[in-house]
Amino acid sequence: MVEWTDFERATIQDIFSKMNYEEVGPAALARCLVVYPWTQRYFGNFGNLYNAAAIAMNPLVAKHGVTILRGLDRGMQNMDNMKETYSDLSVLHSEKLHVDPDNFRLLSDCLTIVLAAKMGNAFTGDVQAAFQKFLSVVVSSLGRQYH
Amino acid sequence: MLSKKEKELIAEIWQKLLPVAEDIGSDALLRMFSAYPGTKTYFSHLDISARSPHLLSHGKKIVMAIAEGAQDISQLAVSLGPLQTLHAYQLRILPSNFKLFSHCMLVTLACHMGDNFTPVAHAAMDKYLSAFAAMLALKYR
Repeated sequence: MVEWTDFERATIQDIFSKMNYEEVGPAALARCLVVYPWTQRYFGNFGNLYNAAAIAMNPLVAKHGVTILRGLDRGMQNMDNMKETYSDLSVLHSEKLHVDPDNFRLLSDCLTIVLAAKMGNAFTGDVQAAFQKFLSVVVSSLGRQYH
Repeated sequence: MLSKKEKELIAEIWQKLLPVAEDIGSDALLRMFSAYPGTKTYFSHLDISARSPHLLSHGKKIVMAIAEGAQDISQLAVSLGPLQTLHAYQLRILPSNFKLFSHCMLVTLACHMGDNFTPVAHAAMDKYLSAFAAMLALKYR
């Protein structure tokens, strides 16, 4: 069971309440595909991923970015029960999509950076630590059903 | 591998950050201490609270080294020689910590540069910092 401090809970809720999912999701996924190009292996049917500009404008990337953020929203709503919350998604990513779970960490790092760029100085070391802890629990839950 | 354009971009970014080296360096260190408390174990001999003289000077030292390396990336092996020896034989910092610091440096750059920290700049910077860290750990064994 993950122990969350009051500060961590409040910080996570606050971040998500102020976040524009339609902006942050696509930005994070696009950034991941640019910074870690090998992650493109999972998006073979997404069309043009030829360069950073193409990735930024790709509508399938944008749509999937929003899907991912909505998935994170579920975790935020169920912070005390993330293992169960993500159990189906974990099976999906393992059995059907065959995604190396280490890639979840890369996407988390990109999401952190997108948020940092948006929040500037408000993204303090403590806020960063809380957000990274949240993401690491999500990542761990998503990796749970891999065998 | 860094392209010519990426090397120029990296050199340009660090050149611009030189005047605020202290702030950038100390910010990255502070973030690392918050997010990865194990890293504090290497600083038990210093005062690493926010804005402390130790933290500011140490942050500045690190940024100056990174910025200097960025001016001629093809010569990293030469310019980092003394620092390689220092880290291998004296400091002996677990190399996985370089990754943690690099990540926090990227976060600091994002906070500082906002939208100017584009995915392309991020990719180039990540590659440079990885190369820098690998070079630093080269003499470990």
